[in-house]
Amino acid sequence: MSRQSFRLEGGGRIDRARALGFTFNGKRYQGYAGDTLASALLANGVHLVGRSFKYHRPRGILTAGVEEPNALVQLETGAHSQPNIRATQIELYDGLTATSINAWPNVKWDLMAVNNRLGRLLPAGFYYKTFMWPRSWWMTYEKAIRRAAGLGRAPEAADPDRYERQNIHCDVLVVGGGPAGLATALAAGRTGARVVLVDQLPELGGSLLDESAGTGEAWRQSAVAELAAMDEVTCLTRTVVTGYFDHNFLIACESVTDHLGHTGAQPHLPRLKLWRIRAGQVVLATGAFERAIGFKGNDLPGVMLAGAIGTYHARYAVTPGREAVFFTNNDTAYAPAMAMAAGGARVKVADVRTEPGAVADRARAVGIEVLPGHAVVSAAGHRKVRGVMVASLGAEGQVGDPRYLRCDLVGMSGGWSPAVHLFSQSGGKLAWRAADACFIPGVPAQTTRVVGRANGTIGLSALMAEAHAAGADAAKDAGFSGSGDAPTLESDQPEQAPLQPFWSVPAKPKSERKHFVDFQNDVTVGDVRLANREGYRSVEHLKRYTTLGMGTDQGKLGNVPGLALLAEMQGVTVPEVGTTTFRAPFTPLNFGAMAGRDVGEFMDPARRTPMHDLHDEAGAVFEDVGQWKRPFYYPQPGEGKDEAVNRECRAVRNAVGMLDATTLGKIDLQGPDVPALLNRIYTNAWSKLEVGRSRYGLMLGEDGMVIDDGVTSRLGENHFLMTTTTGNAARILGWLEEWLQTEWPELKVYANSVTEQYAVAVIAGPKARDLLGEVTDLDLSADEFPFMSWREGTVAGIPARVFRISFSGELSYEINVPANHGAALWGALMETGEKHGITPYGTEAMHVLRAEKGYIIVGQDTDGTVTPLDLGMDWIVSKNKDFLGKRSLTREDTARTDRKQLVGLLTDDPQAVLPEGGQVVEELQDRPPMTMIGHVTSSYYSANLGRSIALALIKDGRQRMGDTLHIPQPLGGPTLSATVTETVFIDPDGSRLNG
Amino acid sequence: MRYSIFSLARNALSYHEKWPEAWRSPAPKPAYDVVIVGGGGHGLATAYYLAKEHGITNVAVIEKGWLGGGNTGRNTTIIRSNYLWDESAAIYEKSLKLYEGLSQDLNYNIMLSQRGVLNLAHNEHDLKELSRRVNAIRLNGIDSEILTPTEIKKLVPIINVSPDLRYPILGASLQRRGGVARHDAVAWGYARAADAHGVDIIQNCEVTDFLVEDGQVQGVETTQGAIRAGKVGVVVAGHASVMAAKAGFRMPVESHPLQALVSEPIKPVLDCVVMSNAVHVYVSQSDKGELVIGAGIDAYTSYGQRGSFHTIEGQIGAITELFPIFSRLRQLRQWGGIVDTCPDASPIISKTPVDHLYFNCGWGTGGFKATPGSGWAFAHTIARDEPHPINAPFSLDRFSTGVLIDEHGAAAVAH
Repeated sequence: MSRQSFRLEGGGRIDRARALGFTFNGKRYQGYAGDTLASALLANGVHLVGRSFKYHRPRGILTAGVEEPNALVQLETGAHSQPNIRATQIELYDGLTATSINAWPNVKWDLMAVNNRLGRLLPAGFYYKTFMWPRSWWMTYEKAIRRAAGLGRAPEAADPDRYERQNIHCDVLVVGGGPAGLATALAAGRTGARVVLVDQLPELGGSLLDESAGTGEAWRQSAVAELAAMDEVTCLTRTVVTGYFDHNFLIACESVTDHLGHTGAQPHLPRLKLWRIRAGQVVLATGAFERAIGFKGNDLPGVMLAGAIGTYHARYAVTPGREAVFFTNNDTAYAPAMAMAAGGARVKVADVRTEPGAVADRARAVGIEVLPGHAVVSAAGHRKVRGVMVASLGAEGQVGDPRYLRCDLVGMSGGWSPAVHLFSQSGGKLAWRAADACFIPGVPAQTTRVVGRANGTIGLSALMAEAHAAGADAAKDAGFSGSGDAPTLESDQPEQAPLQPFWSVPAKPKSERKHFVDFQNDVTVGDVRLANREGYRSVEHLKRYTTLGMGTDQGKLGNVPGLALLAEMQGVTVPEVGTTTFRAPFTPLNFGAMAGRDVGEFMDPARRTPMHDLHDEAGAVFEDVGQWKRPFYYPQPGEGKDEAVNRECRAVRNAVGMLDATTLGKIDLQGPDVPALLNRIYTNAWSKLEVGRSRYGLMLGEDGMVIDDGVTSRLGENHFLMTTTTGNAARILGWLEEWLQTEWPELKVYANSVTEQYAVAVIAGPKARDLLGEVTDLDLSADEFPFMSWREGTVAGIPARVFRISFSGELSYEINVPANHGAALWGALMETGEKHGITPYGTEAMHVLRAEKGYIIVGQDTDGTVTPLDLGMDWIVSKNKDFLGKRSLTREDTARTDRKQLVGLLTDDPQAVLPEGGQVVEELQDRPPMTMIGHVTSSYYSANLGRSIALALIKDGRQRMGDTLHIPQPLGGPTLSATVTETVFIDPDGSRLNG
Repeated sequence: MRYSIFSLARNALSYHEKWPEAWRSPAPKPAYDVVIVGGGGHGLATAYYLAKEHGITNVAVIEKGWLGGGNTGRNTTIIRSNYLWDESAAIYEKSLKLYEGLSQDLNYNIMLSQRGVLNLAHNEHDLKELSRRVNAIRLNGIDSEILTPTEIKKLVPIINVSPDLRYPILGASLQRRGGVARHDAVAWGYARAADAHGVDIIQNCEVTDFLVEDGQVQGVETTQGAIRAGKVGVVVAGHASVMAAKAGFRMPVESHPLQALVSEPIKPVLDCVVMSNAVHVYVSQSDKGELVIGAGIDAYTSYGQRGSFHTIEGQIGAITELFPIFSRLRQLRQWGGIVDTCPDASPIISKTPVDHLYFNCGWGTGGFKATPGSGWAFAHTIARDEPHPINAPFSLDRFSTGVLIDEHGAAAVAH
């Protein structure tokens, strides 16, 4: 195990008493509790952690946070493995295992680094210009490209972890727990407003965590303690707000146990929790990201952001090098430079500004050599920086003679970009601040405030005052007051001198191809120049052509420099070229957390009828119909599907069968205007339907096409019960409500779903009356209880509504009882029915039986292109009243008499069953294409008829009675021939059902 | 300059300092023979085929923002022609055939990857619909086949074909010629090729009104002044009804947000496109390694190019069910576009009540795959002032005659 030779003796927020062992690329290392994987690696002197996406160039740790583009690792192995995780965000735990990604065989010796040698051939968008010949080879090229691309690997097994989602509401949401966020939360929290403070780190404090002692730390501790004591304040740490949507709806993802590693996690807790936050007011205190500067080899391991060096130094007590050159265009790089110098490192600063001001004097005072008006023009080294060339910069951008400086660390600072991502996602407009060369929040689109460095505010005391005011304002707008005084926290940093915008060292084209702007995707200054030259001048074109900002860091580092370079090349200002749209998520969001518990059996609730267990005991095979589980058929031992269905069908026609029809949609309609509604919704007339009677109806869409059917019964003067098809129940209720609420608000109708309130058992067959008679107090005589009527009574001692309607063509009763009596009803009927030969039947037998009678199933025999007339159901279409879809029926095409019409088909070979979905042709060809004149909508073997039957929609079908048509089977099987017939195959005069 | 490995190598010697512009950025001329409003894939393709097939090169494409910035640059890049109805099959198959030679035709690699498109069936009803569809597609002479769960698992090893799935996979149709392409490259390739024929491509120029005299269009009013034109073709997905209103008629479309998202890039795990109607999701893996995931439209109408989080929450639940290994992967980016949907889920490529003004719109969620065929047919319609037989069924008057082409079942997910 290596020593932590780059760990400082004292300081930092790590716990030196808790040493943690971890493995990186197969080698064992040690770090401390409080480390990130990145800080622990740096403490061990490991800089080379990954390879870049395209050229496979060696890459090191560049940053200390979420903006890290390089240090992506494959965390853990097996089912717990995760690709592309930033080492800068991984809290170290004992036993952690990580490997570099996108390198083969390993990160040190990566064979794909040949791309770097070929780099000259592979500028931005090279793939658009080649791989076109020969045409058929692209799929081969593509295979190789795909293998080379991608970063880490997906796990190879299902996810063993659990995820949760939780909703939370608050008056004020504060995003970011740095000094500005803390001050905001305090100001809002003191008013008694409900406040949620969210921060991504394990500890609140943000940049204050970089001072482990002093006034900042004292204030931080008291602020955290005060917030913790407030009942209405919730602090969420290890939580990243990733999305800011409309109506102040935000998404955040919390690591509940992820940071513990899978061996340390408690099984009763989820790995991650997705917070769905609805906030009255939002205050964003999201800080700022430091920018890199373009120079040749600025991507070498050992070249880091200056601020990150400061963070590693102060927070983690790690010095990433011993001999450092800082390269800056602003004052902020001097603090880490001086911290390193104080720790004994040799430090030089190349500052592009000719007069860096007071900060340079202070640096010189602690022994730092400052080179004003100088730039780092290139870095030297192989897998690790070992020196840089620096040169003076002339006023016109000319570069003087370079000289070599030995170093093992380079700290760059190209200025800072406020983290405006969430503000921009919320719809807010950005503004360009030329003095600091950065975009800052402009006009918000929602009740959003931005404070601190995210707002471009510099200086701790200004920032605290701004944050306090924003917190107080937000609370006030939410109806609370009493924020008290703003905290005073003086910074020991003096005022900063102005920054000098500087994006990339002027250089020759050859060199510019190694000035990296987007590190992960290997986009260089040369690529930006190429895109601009070729006309990809919109920022969106630049992004898409070069892939700038499309890496897993989403351009947090490279976007602003890329835009600035583009503006420079076009001779316009940065705001004139604009920005690309900031998209959610702010940082990558785990799919498991997004799905939460909506996986497995909870993906979509399975609806089971009250009789489900009885079906299960009877050995039913179930099918999914919408969300419902319905018995498909009930095989007896030794039976396959066909045998079972044949037996069930015969039982219904010869004795009595029983079907669970609970799933049919049931809509309770009440109010004086229900008949008026039904008249408009259905094609037939409803005003004269008497109490106690039932009627079948068809519904059309505005286009005149059938959308649903069912029986509606009049329960009382102002009370109706409508049934719909199983799959359409919710849609039809929505359909009724849409018309009632938007077009016909004058109608007095209440519509309610009662599908699940009643269980329905259908008994059908010649013995149905005998059976029912044994268990009911109702008079079942045909005169007293005729077809298409309903009665209220008891069945098996249970209060019931019995409807004498039929979907099988048999004498049939549909018995509705309160849902919790469903199983009792089913059981009683099975028991009493035994002597009558009762046979439970499933949906397949139901389909066959209704097809024997030529009854349609909406959605099977119709497909949204079928009118009632196409179905031969002219008898149900009223000529005297208006109804939805009526006007469309008179349209030129809808009124044609040779449309596709529903007919029966009888195969020449009575035992051959046509394929459902089979296409019907009049004239067979040797091979496709051939003209299709319709298709088979329903097709079964009918045990009762001893032959197959089918329904089909055939062009001009009713004029083809007796014709022979053909059904080719292009997927295999012989072409079948069939004769066109009427649609009713059994009992055409209806004597069975009226008996 | 022709693009090839040789020109790439030659330019590498000069560090790529000598590449010419892919297209010019001219100032608009006062008048053109044809003005195309909308610089997306369909508009650029229209301009290209006007020049290539009909010799009409005095053409301007006028784009409000940047080329390909609408749905062309926002879709999930799926290409297929496995449509139910003859009329749809004809135009989407025409489109697929054009796609098959497009890289060479445009001399721009659009990276057409014919890796196959799977449409899953999860219940008995799905299986019946699949059978109907595949039978029809095959008899139209277009490739399509049906796979069993075992065959699906062989093609997509990471898919969950367990019968215990909430909605188990019972079968699928596969169109092997279907696949994906690089969407931006389609727009840029057409732009470059049209420009080479002399077409003016004018970006950052918004058409604010139509110039109409005596019932005939005379040009357009733009933010860069009036531009006269003998004919005007409008192809502005997401804003077709807005533009139609400016021309004085109503367009039977509704505009909805449609969202998509990508994961972080990973090494290849998915080699074909998988679509599922029943659980409302479709997914493929880009050449870069990102999983590209789409779903159904957001239910409300909107012109905001962003969607609701709950819509994608639902689709992610479904996708982690189908692909359990995706659960530990992460969403990198999400976005939305605005799609114009017609009542019958089929497009409009048509003459309009204003003479010499033509509209191409209503592609709903299916526009990208149609880009070449749509442009080809629209160019014919504009050049000849009458539709080609391939797009004649997609005329505006079908909504009054009732000759609808109802493709609600044909989209990846229910509209």
